[in-house]
Amino acid sequence: MKKIPYGRLGEKMKVGLFIPCFMNELYPKSCVATLKLLKNLDLDVDYPLEQTCCGQPMANSGCSKDMKALAINFVETFKKYDYIVAPTGSCVTMVKDHYEPFFDEDDKDYNKVKASIYEVCEFLHDVIKVEKLDVSFPHKVGVHNSCHGHRSLGLGSPSELNVPPLNKLKNLLGLIKDIEIVDLKRDDECCGFGGTFCVTEEAISVAMGKDRIKDHIEAQAEVMTGADMSCLMHMEGIINRDGKPLKVMHITEILAGEV
Amino acid sequence: MSIKHPENAAKFVANDERMHWHDKALWFVREKRDKASKSIPEWEQLREYADQIKTHTMSNLDTYLLEFEENATKRGITVHWAKDAQEHNEIVHKLLSANKVTKLVKSKSMLTEECHLNPYLESRGIQVVDTDLGERIVQLRDEPPSHIVLPAIHLKKSDVSDTFHEHLGTQKGNDDPTYLTRAARASLREDFLTAQAGLTGVNFAIAETGGVVVCTNEGNADMGASVPPLHIASMGIEKIIPRLEDLSVFTRLLARSATGQPITSYTSHFHGPIEGGQMHIVIVDNKRTPFLQSESYKKALNCIRCGACMNTCPIYRRSGGHSYEYVIPGPIGSTLSTFRAPKKHKTLSFACTLCGSCTNVCPVKIDLDSQLYTHRQDLREKNIISNQKRLGMQAAVWLMTKPALFNFVGKVARKIVPKLPKGMIYNKFNVWGKQRDLPNMPEKSFKDLYKEGLKDD
Ligand code: SF4
Repeated sequence: MKKIPYGRLGEKMKVGLFIPCFMNELYPKSCVATLKLLKNLDLDVDYPLEQTCCGQPMANSGCSKDMKALAINFVETFKKYDYIVAPTGSCVTMVKDHYEPFFDEDDKDYNKVKASIYEVCEFLHDVIKVEKLDVSFPHKVGVHNSCHGHRSLGLGSPSELNVPPLNKLKNLLGLIKDIEIVDLKRDDECCGFGGTFCVTEEAISVAMGKDRIKDHIEAQAEVMTGADMSCLMHMEGIINRDGKPLKVMHITEILAGEV
Repeated sequence: MSIKHPENAAKFVANDERMHWHDKALWFVREKRDKASKSIPEWEQLREYADQIKTHTMSNLDTYLLEFEENATKRGITVHWAKDAQEHNEIVHKLLSANKVTKLVKSKSMLTEECHLNPYLESRGIQVVDTDLGERIVQLRDEPPSHIVLPAIHLKKSDVSDTFHEHLGTQKGNDDPTYLTRAARASLREDFLTAQAGLTGVNFAIAETGGVVVCTNEGNADMGASVPPLHIASMGIEKIIPRLEDLSVFTRLLARSATGQPITSYTSHFHGPIEGGQMHIVIVDNKRTPFLQSESYKKALNCIRCGACMNTCPIYRRSGGHSYEYVIPGPIGSTLSTFRAPKKHKTLSFACTLCGSCTNVCPVKIDLDSQLYTHRQDLREKNIISNQKRLGMQAAVWLMTKPALFNFVGKVARKIVPKLPKGMIYNKFNVWGKQRDLPNMPEKSFKDLYKEGLKDD
């Protein structure tokens, strides 16, 4: 494995783990996998207990003004780390793109947080530049590119743009032994979760999720994976209700070999 | 009355077969667009140019509009200014009655839809015939278009067959597209020959030349503008571009974005009346200038009406254009309508997952998804979102600022929910659970596990 870049004064790089509120409550397994994945890289990982929610559900509902306290709490909690890493693209987007109204333009703490927060795949791919993962996963896997991670964070090249193809998730999965990544018909189609959209526009939301699942099943995927648990939670809910033969796993579980 | 997108969408989704047919038809167009855009290496640069030209033009709109008027007048075109839909319709009506017009052939113009010109003229005894095939079909059915480029995309061959059987006397049940197109053409030919005036939209108005450009695939705009002696062109103030050479940027982008074609079949320039005829241009504001003053939304005026954002939008594809109940549906329609009438269209900025595909697809780089996000914040500021939602969100924030309490609530939920009888969890108040299972409740949260020792593993 590549040498890990070190933090200040030759100390280990200090990483603050940010776990979205609902993942903490409902998906501890994926959170443990994320932690393990980072620890295996010989990083000094810390999970600050004061964290709660990044405010995304409120902001997406139009109530961003109401969540100022959460933004301030977030920055306070995480400003001391060299890097902030989270197993979710959309919450990272929230911090990066939508916190601006709450801070002065030259607010040192916020600017530091904004510059040092990464979605975990992005972090492994771009900062650590992982070249090897000692893991085997002998399954057919479909990758669900969640919109926020894919388009806003640039985890991959959106199919709409005329830019060179790139997919950081697939690159990382490609390091795993025995894995087979299947081709989907609509590589980066939205799954219909969309935060509160999943209840305010329930009919369309479910229809979109069903189509996304169908695409995976038709491509003969055994496992659907992705970097945003919220999208996966929505589709897992449909898969379980409809009894579909597809397992849902957060990408960190596969990368960490937590099967 | 306000629009209820969720209800409209649910109705469209309920017909699974038709919904998927609609979704596939539009996805097909988007894939064609992808291929076409990727065949041009400088595609992203073209979008950048288009964005810059439009943005520049909008900040100098007064200059360019006056330059246009001057040059058009020199060419023998009469220019009229309309501040709103009413004025636009009055001007058109005046021109028609002055020329004793009883039948008007029209070629696709979303602006006249926006102004409700057809009913206005019809109630004054003038027959109006929409001549684009799709427009004609929806006109016969007395429906609004459901898409700005593909106005009848919500209809199947069989629907068209029934409509034509009823109105044009075609054989019942014959849904052969060639047969139906021929029938439409024969009836339209008759209209072109007997109409005393033609009205067209405008895709681009060139300040430097004083002429207008109309892009169509059926050539009907040319018929309407060249056969009858009177040609009226209606345009919004935002249609202006500075120079002829700017046009090439837009024509390369427009057809590829709209349908995946390299160029529309007809890109017609109208630079003056036909011999012995008259040409009039009506320049319409109709609530456009407020956009120019709005930092957040002014880019929405840069739209060249290619429809690509609709084709790519996963919500539009599955809910159909009529679900938006606005003359322009899809992402661009949602932002335009919400800006113009926030109360009425308050559900539209929420009819979106903020996936961002529309912004990437837009040939003039309109920041559609962030406009919709900003609309939501503005609706909250104006107190237009429901109290229930606002209070709910405030309560959530209150809870989230108290980590210990939040942990406690999570713990209780994880303990209790698995023990509850199904009927208590899956009821009409649990919208999530209508068609989705809830996640399995783990025994412990990550925070619990971490505190218990994961930390020092
Ligand atoms: S907003 Fe952009 S993509 Fe949508 S119709 Fe207008 S120009 Fe086309």
